[in-house]
Amino acid sequence: MKPIEAKNVNVFYGENHVLKDISLTIKENTVTAFIGPSGCGKSTFLRTLNRMNDYIESFRKKGKVYINGKEIYDKDVRVEDLRRKVGMVFQKPNPFPKTIYENVAYGLKIHGMKDKAEIDARVEKSLKQAVLWSEVKDKLDKPALSLSGGQQQRLCIARTLAVKPTIILMDEPASALDPLSTAKIEELIHELKEKYTIVIVTHNMQQAARVSDRTAFFYLGELVEYDKTSVIFTHPSNKQTENYITGRFG
Amino acid sequence: MSNIRTNRLLDSMFKYVGIACTLLAIGVLAIFLGDILIQGIRRIDWSFLTSLPSRRAERAGILPAWTGTAWILGLTAIIAIPLGISAGSYLQEYGTKNRLAYIIELNIANLAGVPSIIYGLLGLQVFVRLFAFGGSLLAGAFTLSLLILPVIIVATREALKAVPNSLREASYGMGATKWQTTWLQVLPAASGGILTGIILALSRAIGETAPLIVIGALAYVPFVADSPMDEFTVLPIQIFNWVSRPQAAFLVNAAAAIIILLGITFVMNGIAIYLRNRWQKKISW
Repeated sequence: MKPIEAKNVNVFYGENHVLKDISLTIKENTVTAFIGPSGCGKSTFLRTLNRMNDYIESFRKKGKVYINGKEIYDKDVRVEDLRRKVGMVFQKPNPFPKTIYENVAYGLKIHGMKDKAEIDARVEKSLKQAVLWSEVKDKLDKPALSLSGGQQQRLCIARTLAVKPTIILMDEPASALDPLSTAKIEELIHELKEKYTIVIVTHNMQQAARVSDRTAFFYLGELVEYDKTSVIFTHPSNKQTENYITGRFG
Repeated sequence: MSNIRTNRLLDSMFKYVGIACTLLAIGVLAIFLGDILIQGIRRIDWSFLTSLPSRRAERAGILPAWTGTAWILGLTAIIAIPLGISAGSYLQEYGTKNRLAYIIELNIANLAGVPSIIYGLLGLQVFVRLFAFGGSLLAGAFTLSLLILPVIIVATREALKAVPNSLREASYGMGATKWQTTWLQVLPAASGGILTGIILALSRAIGETAPLIVIGALAYVPFVADSPMDEFTVLPIQIFNWVSRPQAAFLVNAAAAIIILLGITFVMNGIAIYLRNRWQKKISW
């Protein structure tokens, strides 16, 4: 079963037609990069995949989005369950203004886990998965906002992993970080690929080339080209794609 | 050239006018406080706090008045805080931003400016007569709750508005419901601002006299209230009563009671400022 399948997705903000007839399929345990200039709709499309656009009042959608074979905009879909399965990491690290421990435990608690030992175990496991455990294990009760930007972002990833998603959406997860922290995040994405399906929006072409298996190039609300990353970066079939990745515009 | 000189002159003149205005305000406050302190401070002792009112000034105390104030404050807090926070949260987090919401918003802002005696008349009709609470603590507390509700609602909304959207997104992104997000993340993050608003609202309620006189709070209460249905008096009414007597000794009593009332207000404002500073320091986004 395909984790993500979009069929003729159109998105409007009021009169503004921001996504035009997007169709694409994403395979399991792959990293897919969405690239394109600002305002091309890549973030909007990412947020359509876990319904984060629901809070924008002028948002309208046409077409179908299937996650694990299920149309996620159907009436019988609980959006909370969807977002638990399709986790999200945001551009700016946004840990809760609480302790490190509580940040990771929050998702477990809101989904009804009560057993303290079980929560502790899952917090530890998630922090280890996010390669943060060794740095924070002695200060779990310290405020998350006291961590560095890169650590905060890995904490946000740990928090997402805790509720056992199958898909992780990342909206420019390293754009607010220094090169070293960025490298750590990329390494982490590489490891997480074994268990999760990852979609990452990025402005950084090298990053897309480094971390992703497939790349989708968006331009002016359209999906211009979608192929293996190696193909996109070496033999793009579309002139616009070539111009963009060679830095002639965007 | 002369233009520059005129402007310079205006500039320095304005500076001195400004200093004079500030000094005037501080001076008036200092004279007022000094006068009250000189008159009243010697009158404050244990028996003043623990005595019932009396016809003889030197034996009169403020026990019913300050306990009445404490009762009113407590009851008002119990009624107004949950209502105000709920209404503010609804308007800010849940309500859709349409024309009706705009009208409601405008009216709440207007309500905050309605003279307090109008609330007294409303309280008299609704709580004293319709609900048959009589001139009780409960009627007084409900009336003052109406009075400070707009302040708490506005403070709650402002505090919630200051919480960055990224926090809500983080919570929703984990699969939290709106209720979980609001209750577990947004409200706690806004609690400093909300608390500040509540304390300032309550310190407004503490000084209110007119609405309580209208609903029938008594000037002479020779007992300590022990249930919300009891009749009562509060510090400002006691002060008003003493000030209006001809004997000089009662003026001293009034001054002493004013010191107590001011003390309570200053302490509450102090707590509000402390909380605000601590909140600003703790959360830096």
